[in-house]
Amino acid sequence: MLTLQFIPYAEISNLSSEKKIQKLLRVVREEKIVLVEGRLGSSEKSELIRKTMEEIDDKFKGIEIEELDIEKKDKAFFDKIRTLFINLILGKRKGLTIVGPATIIKEIKKDPDKILLFTEEGRRKKKK
Amino acid sequence: MGLFSNFLKRFLKTLFKKKKEVKLGLYGPPNGGKTTLANKISMDWVGEKVGKVSGVPHETREIQVKEQITVKSKGKELTFNLVDTPGIATKIDYEDFLKAGLKEKEAKQRAKEATKGVVDAIKWLDDMDAVVVVLDSTKDPYSQVNITIIGNLEARKIPVLIVANKIDLKKADVKKIQAAFPQYDVIGISAKYGKHINEFYEALFKVVNR
Repeated sequence: MLTLQFIPYAEISNLSSEKKIQKLLRVVREEKIVLVEGRLGSSEKSELIRKTMEEIDDKFKGIEIEELDIEKKDKAFFDKIRTLFINLILGKRKGLTIVGPATIIKEIKKDPDKILLFTEEGRRKKKK
Repeated sequence: MGLFSNFLKRFLKTLFKKKKEVKLGLYGPPNGGKTTLANKISMDWVGEKVGKVSGVPHETREIQVKEQITVKSKGKELTFNLVDTPGIATKIDYEDFLKAGLKEKEAKQRAKEATKGVVDAIKWLDDMDAVVVVLDSTKDPYSQVNITIIGNLEARKIPVLIVANKIDLKKADVKKIQAAFPQYDVIGISAKYGKHINEFYEALFKVVNR
């Protein structure tokens, strides 16, 4: 059975990067796929990779991670202003991050505004 | 007297201070051709190889440094220590190495060393003065590993040159890499066959002196 766990931004926004990464890895190690509201910073992502590497063993093979940006690239001037304003208020809350165990997720592809998630069992394909 | 001795100390320190060595890092996902490029650079200017190359991922599992490489191009010289790093990945499965023909014990050992290699590569990011990100131009450039490496370099204000390697292969798509990272210089090369290597050296001058 495939389990998805949603983590709203409010649940991690007050956590330090270290705690945030610990939380994500804890859920992923329970063989769940995590959907996080918002995006991680680049230093948080490299720290997540580093911690993942330290935890790899015969059972835990690592993670697959992908982000979805809700921002549209080609937009009119007023849309850009609005996006700037939203960015100012929401910050990293925008978008969606998917993190899952590599033993379950075979591959994640961006297409570019949907995420294709290919699971190990094969033919199960989820679209977000 | 105190003033004079302080001045003398500073003068002598400046006189004998070792010139800061430029560290040029090669970063990227596994099997992008980092060591092939390191070997090409080193063979061109020092006449020695840096490391072993193979088709099995994570061949480079330790940081390898070739010191004092001096590249010359159009009357200019550039000296740096070349740092070849292990490929950065989010997953390492020893079973992949079994499929590549390794025995179980070797495969597990390789996986263990590869995880340590990734940790070391990330740790070394802070020490780099400039970085060449080596990407396989036949692969999707939008991976989170690529985005994370480049994002970290950007945050540290480390100059970046992106190399779209393996242009000798049919599926190579340099434009796709340029489209993925439009704010960076992207040079399409074949490190294996030395294709466009002079353009690479010219771009390197621009990036390191930035």
